[in-house]
Amino acid sequence: MSDSVETQVPAVPALEARGLGLSWDDGAHMVAEDIDLHVSAGEVVCLVGRSGCGKTTILHALAGLTQPVTGRVLLNGADVTGVPGRVSYMLQKDLLLRNLRIVDNASLPLVLSGVPREEARARANELFAQFGLEGTQELWPSQLSGGMKQRAAFLRTYLMGNDVVLLDEPFSALDAITRQELRTWYVRMAAELHVASLVITHDVDEAVSLASRVMVLAGRPSEGKPSRLVGEVLVDRAQDAGDFSLTHAYVDAKREIMTLLG
Amino acid sequence: MLSSMLHDAKRIWVPAVTMGVLLVVWELVVRVGLVPNFLLPSPTQVVAAFIEDFPLLMGHAVATLGEAALGLVIGVAVGFVAAVLMDRFELVGLALDPLITLSQTVPTVAIAPLLVLWFGYGILPKVLLVALTTFFPITVSLFSGFKSVDKDLIDLMRTMRATEGQIFWHVKLPAAAEEFFSGLRISATYAIVGAVIAEWLGGFSGLGVYMTRVRKSFGYDRMFACIALISICSLGLMRLVDLAEYLCLPWKRAERK
Repeated sequence: MSDSVETQVPAVPALEARGLGLSWDDGAHMVAEDIDLHVSAGEVVCLVGRSGCGKTTILHALAGLTQPVTGRVLLNGADVTGVPGRVSYMLQKDLLLRNLRIVDNASLPLVLSGVPREEARARANELFAQFGLEGTQELWPSQLSGGMKQRAAFLRTYLMGNDVVLLDEPFSALDAITRQELRTWYVRMAAELHVASLVITHDVDEAVSLASRVMVLAGRPSEGKPSRLVGEVLVDRAQDAGDFSLTHAYVDAKREIMTLLG
Repeated sequence: MLSSMLHDAKRIWVPAVTMGVLLVVWELVVRVGLVPNFLLPSPTQVVAAFIEDFPLLMGHAVATLGEAALGLVIGVAVGFVAAVLMDRFELVGLALDPLITLSQTVPTVAIAPLLVLWFGYGILPKVLLVALTTFFPITVSLFSGFKSVDKDLIDLMRTMRATEGQIFWHVKLPAAAEEFFSGLRISATYAIVGAVIAEWLGGFSGLGVYMTRVRKSFGYDRMFACIALISICSLGLMRLVDLAEYLCLPWKRAERK
């Protein structure tokens, strides 16, 4: 592992950002500059940075919710800059609609795309066991624990039907044990479903626990210093048999990221 | 379990006893002559007047409730459309906000005679006055409900390629539902009061017309009976709103548990 490691990039990554420059106020005040990143199918990549360095702003641009000042966002090689709805996006809050039962929350993306409600419910139902949600179909969000709500939000994200998933600190609102359980579960699910995941977090432990590759973002946009990617750390998960957080690979990766963060 | 049942029972018997004590004190005050009977009838006299005039009161109550209900429906419809437009188009919000606030600073008793003057003694001025007084709580509560929607939720819907209509239907409308019912509860009470005030100033039937007549003949027991009926009507309308809320927002029942 080292920073600025040469990584093998597939011919066409699932998600790619080229030279992204982002601003909060139409270019007058840059938040991030020269952001180049790529995520391949089945890969979990983390973008780590301090709070306020513009991680969410980058994710918004990748999701097509905002237009970058410079650069492009490519999805399987196609330019989708500023076009929402092409990648799945999950935020740190579960954002389940409290007026919909869990099965209706999960199947909402299908309903929105025109699938009849009953068919959408049936399709979501098939996945409840796989997502550890069996028996919760007809419950309201208020009747679920934080971890279960997050699983339901993951199912909804999956049913958006995109092969790229952006996650904005998806586990931060959970207690430590649930967080760890869900991280392990997510890594397995992402590989099983072969989706490309880009996770942003300020938690270095979370980044090392989840990702096979961690990109480090540094800068202080509020002080006029736009954030940039300052390095990339590969996480060697070959030893991921027992408790990965107790391995040398985990500690080394964490140390390297901390050094890059300054 | 037992303590919860006791707590529930307390919610009923404490106000019931308070009301009972007040009625007994009122009855005694009148009976011993602390207040002259021609100025203040006793509760038993009011009940007797209520029973005696029951058919007449019911006839007038039907007229008042009809005006209140029609005015409320129009007020809710206008309030709903205004709130949706204000939320959807910023310019409409800026344009309507002062007008809507201004409309509530005009006293109902001042505008009612004008409406009677313009639209006569029929049902129209009453319905208009009710609509005018009831749309405001609806507009304000709905608009604030629409604005309370988490921005992240809107972004999430956009990433699911939701149209503006779908965002409104799936997110904004349910988010504003609770505040809408709070506004509707206030509007329901305003509706009865508005109709009665409009009837005071002219008309052929309704509890306001009945009150004016009995006041002129110094029938204060009948007047109190009418006031009691107005309160009962308002409470009934509020209970109907509670029932509608209970049926329309099933997720709230789960949250309470």
